[in-house]
Amino acid sequence: MIGVQNVTKYYGQVCALDDVSFTVKSGEIVGLLGPNGSGKTTLMRILTGFFPATEGSVHVAGLDVATSSLEVRNRLGYLPENVVLYPDMSVRAFLHFCARVKIDGAVQRRTNVERVLSECALEPMAHRQMGTLSKGYRQRVGLAQALLGNPEVLILDEPTVGLDPNQVIDIRELIKGLGGKATILLSSHILHEVELMCERVVIIDKGRILAEDTTDRLSERIQGAATVRVRASGPHSDILHALRALKAVEQVIKHDEESDGPEGAVLTVRSSNQDIAREIAQTIIQNGWALHELRPVTLDLEALFVRLTREEQKEAA
Amino acid sequence: MFVNFWAVLNKELRSYFLSPFIYLISAVFLLLSGYYFYSDLVFYVQFGFGMNIMENFWQLMFTDLRLVIMLTVPFLTMRLFAEEKRLGTIELLLTYPMRDTDLFWGKFAACAIATLFMLSFTLVYPVLMFFLQPFDWTLVLPGYIGLVMLALSFIACGLFISSLTDNTVVAGLGSLGALLFFWILSWNDGATQFGLIGTISSVSMVTHFQSFARGLIDSKEITFFLLFIIFFSFLTLRSLEARHWKGRR
Repeated sequence: MIGVQNVTKYYGQVCALDDVSFTVKSGEIVGLLGPNGSGKTTLMRILTGFFPATEGSVHVAGLDVATSSLEVRNRLGYLPENVVLYPDMSVRAFLHFCARVKIDGAVQRRTNVERVLSECALEPMAHRQMGTLSKGYRQRVGLAQALLGNPEVLILDEPTVGLDPNQVIDIRELIKGLGGKATILLSSHILHEVELMCERVVIIDKGRILAEDTTDRLSERIQGAATVRVRASGPHSDILHALRALKAVEQVIKHDEESDGPEGAVLTVRSSNQDIAREIAQTIIQNGWALHELRPVTLDLEALFVRLTREEQKEAA
Repeated sequence: MFVNFWAVLNKELRSYFLSPFIYLISAVFLLLSGYYFYSDLVFYVQFGFGMNIMENFWQLMFTDLRLVIMLTVPFLTMRLFAEEKRLGTIELLLTYPMRDTDLFWGKFAACAIATLFMLSFTLVYPVLMFFLQPFDWTLVLPGYIGLVMLALSFIACGLFISSLTDNTVVAGLGSLGALLFFWILSWNDGATQFGLIGTISSVSMVTHFQSFARGLIDSKEITFFLLFIIFFSFLTLRSLEARHWKGRR
C-alpha cells in the first residue's frame, strides 16, 4: 500500500534521508520511530507529495506519488507535524472547507463532517474559533480533517503529541480501531506509544533506517537484555564480586558518587537474562546483606538507539 | 472541476469579511478618496473657469483614486500566501487533492471581490455629482474599467510577493514598495527613457492607466493589463511549485 524505495533527500548540503526503503502492507499500522530531526517529517512530506525526494521513488496505493500526485492525494489523509489552523475560523467551518475539497456530494460532505466531529469528540467545540482551542483540541481537529472521506491511507505525524493522558488513550483507541480499514503510517519519538498502537515499527535515525521489525520481536530484542538498578549495603567489593559471578550477568557498574551514603552501594546490572532481578535478590539476601532497592531500568529510546547502532557496528565488523 | 476553486474562494471571502480588517482598510480607503473628491472639486470650482470642468475633474479624480488603490491593495494581498506559510496551513492545502491553480485563482478572485467591495463605495461620488450637475456617463465608465484593471494587476503583483515570504509585513511592504516604484517611474520621463529603467517604466501599470482616466477605452491598454496579470500569475504558480525542486547531492 505504501512503498518507499531507496529514497534520498537533500536540503542543500544537508542530507535528511539516506537511501531509505520499506513497505507498508494494506491495512497495517506501522510506526515510524525516531528522535527529533531523524527525518520522520521529511519522509512523510515526501509520501504526501508536499515535496519530492532527491532520489528514489515513493508509491502510495499503487500509484507513483511523483507522477500521479492528485490521485494519491485523493486517497490520503495527512496530519502534519505542527497542526496550526486558521485561528479565526470555526471548527465546523474549517471541516466543511476541507470536505468540499476532499469529498463529492453535499450530503456525503455533511455526514462525513458530523462523523469525524463525533469520532474525535469535537462536538462541544464545533462552533468555537480554532484560535481559542487548546493544543489537544487543535490536534484533534487536525486528526478529524485527516479522517474526512475515509481515506485508504493515513499518514499521521506525531498524532498524540500535546494531548493529556486521557486524550492520548482515546486517540490511540481511535487509531487502533482504524487498523484493517485503512493503512496507517504514524510517527512518534515515544517507544511505548508505538508499541501500543502499531504492529510493525521502522526505526529511523539521522536519515537512515536502523531497524525494521514487528513490535513483539523488537520488544524481545530490547528486553532480552534486562537492566536493573540495585542498592544494597554490605562490603562494596564483595557485593560487586558476587553479582559479577552470577550467570548471565554481562556488566555491573558501581555508581561511586551515590554509593557513599548509609544505604550502601548503588549498582547497575546489565544481563541477558530477563529474570535476573530474582537472582540478584537471592544472592544479596543469602549473603546477609541488606537490599534497599531493586528495580528494572526501562530502556528509553536513546538507549535503544545506542544498542541498535552497536548491533549494527558488530555486524559490520 | 471548479469545486476546489469555489471552496478556496468561499474560505477566503469568509476570512476577509468576517474579520474587522477589511472594514478598517475600507474606512481608510474612503477617507483618502473622500478627501481627494472634496479637494479636487474645490480646485475646479475655484480655478476651473473657462475649462471643461467635468472632464478635467474626473481625470484628476481617477488619477488620485489610482494612488489610493495603490496604497490599500497591498494590505489586502499581503496575508494571502504569507499567512498560510506562517501558520503552516499551506502544507495542508498543498497535500489536498487540489491543483495549485485552484488555490491561486480562488485567492485571486476573493481578493478581487474584496477590492471591488471597497471600490464600490466610491460610486457614491458620480451619483452625487450627477444630481448636482448631470454629465455624460461615458466620462466615468472608462475610468472605472481602468481602475478595475489596475487593481487586478496590483493584486497579481501583490500575490506574487506574498508567495515569496512567510512574513505578512514583509509581503505588505514589499508589494507597496514595488507598486510605488512603478509609480515613481512615471514622474520623470527624462530619466526613464533609456536602458533597463526605460524597459521597466514601459511596463509600469501606472502610466498605462492614464488613457482610461482621460475617458478612453483602449484595447491595447486592456491587453497590456491582461498580459501583466497573466505574467504575475505565472510567476506565483512557479513560486508555489518551487517546493517540487528536488535538491541535489
